[in-house]
Amino acid sequence: MNSQATAAQVQTDAAAAAPQGTAGSPLVGPGEKAKVSARKANVYYGDKHAIKDVALDIKQNEVTAFIGPSGCGKSTFLRCLNRMNDTIDSARVTGTITLDGDDIYDRRVDVVQLRARVGMVFQKPNPFPKSIFENIAYGPRIHGIARHKDELEEIVMTSLERAGLLAEVKDRLDQPGTGLSGGQQQRLCIARAIAVSPEVILMDEPCSALDPIATAKIEELIDELRQNYTIVIVTHSMQQAARVSQRTAFFHLGNLVECGDTEQIFTNPQHRLTQGYITGRFG
Amino acid sequence: MEQRPSEHTVSAFGEELRDLGDMIVRMGGLAEAQLASALQALSRRDSDLAARVVTADAKVDEMEQEVHACVVRLIALRQPVADDLRNAVGALKIAADVERIGDYAANVAKRVLVLNQLPLVRPVAAVPSMGRIVQELINDVLDAYVERDVRKAIDVWQRDEEVDELHTSLFRELVTDMMEDARNITACTHLMFIAKNIERIGDHATNIAETIHFLVQGTPLRGQRPKGADQDYSLPAQDAPARAKDATE
Repeated sequence: MNSQATAAQVQTDAAAAAPQGTAGSPLVGPGEKAKVSARKANVYYGDKHAIKDVALDIKQNEVTAFIGPSGCGKSTFLRCLNRMNDTIDSARVTGTITLDGDDIYDRRVDVVQLRARVGMVFQKPNPFPKSIFENIAYGPRIHGIARHKDELEEIVMTSLERAGLLAEVKDRLDQPGTGLSGGQQQRLCIARAIAVSPEVILMDEPCSALDPIATAKIEELIDELRQNYTIVIVTHSMQQAARVSQRTAFFHLGNLVECGDTEQIFTNPQHRLTQGYITGRFG
Repeated sequence: MEQRPSEHTVSAFGEELRDLGDMIVRMGGLAEAQLASALQALSRRDSDLAARVVTADAKVDEMEQEVHACVVRLIALRQPVADDLRNAVGALKIAADVERIGDYAANVAKRVLVLNQLPLVRPVAAVPSMGRIVQELINDVLDAYVERDVRKAIDVWQRDEEVDELHTSLFRELVTDMMEDARNITACTHLMFIAKNIERIGDHATNIAETIHFLVQGTPLRGQRPKGADQDYSLPAQDAPARAKDATE
């Protein structure tokens, strides 16, 4: 289905797929390398055209924020980046999306492997109904990342440490993950995503269910994780986009309206719609 | 649902930004009036008027504090971004410039009080004509602020050259007068400072023009502003010191 649609429309010529209506700088400059690239990306839910001809490059070791009003397509586009839309029967994706230059919609791509490379953290913390330890160990175990028990323990500890959770849970690793606070659960989910050594982490409104302090801890974590991972975050909070990201992409009615350095987007946006949205004049 | 892009979804935010703009305009108007009164006090040798200008400067300072408080509150409570942020920061900068304009006007008035105790000196007439140009600059730059008119702002930015030229020629004239008759030195020195104050007011008008460019376009106004007559303060003739010597003997 998806791979068939894309196989017919593989676009290798980036220039030919350059966005028509996107303001700012959605594509990397000459000599720069994109970790994730989309060209002429379209998503349809049945008859609904949810994403329209998006061309966007996401740079390595940067946090890219997707902002826009509800229903603008930002989450839909995020879910294209690790083929989460495959799970929706009516969804159809066309165009090209590449990870390190390889088309992720190619029929030879193993989706499970892809999602190990491109991890995801959701809006509502969703720990497995298992112990804290097992929540983290599950991924490395099914992907065969750890060869023996010591190595698995090492991965669990490192992941918890990197997610800034170890100090809070090290004495109760055998207790259920669902017993943690909301903020701790979300950091557990981030630790779980990290445990399989992904290259890209997609976050779909990771703080919308958290209080401000828990949010601040996640934001601090995102900033630290950036050194090792490429992060894409969808957020309804424009202040959050401004705080955590280096690049911001603004979506509206399925179009990528503008993309640029976060600083520039929030001080001097180029497109009238971006300006209207971020200053709270519509949306 | 898309609304008119000029209106904030939170209408109180929009009102606060409008209030801030109104404050700047009122403050600018007051500073403009202060300068007009100070210049009138100079040409009419009106000490009462000059004294009123000196007292009224406190009102300009007070308004600057109001603008500061409003901007700080806006940033803390509304977290403005993009043009709203530039408007808030711009208001802060413009208020600082207007406050300085008020200070210079008050200083002119203070010197008028001294000058009125002294005999009239010739170049007094040249100062108000320089003052008139500066008044126009302030008036136009405030219009440019209200209308967010970058072209008008750039025009002010360039016209300040005229003020610089007048100031330079007035400077030479005053130096010559002092050399011709040492009894003029006190009055001429005060006039020289008055002229300098007016010239500085012109500079603040150009600062405001630059801020308007930034708050409308989001980019600084680049390039070298034209400077009048290379700010050459040297005397026109080589024999001038000799003439001065003759005059004092």
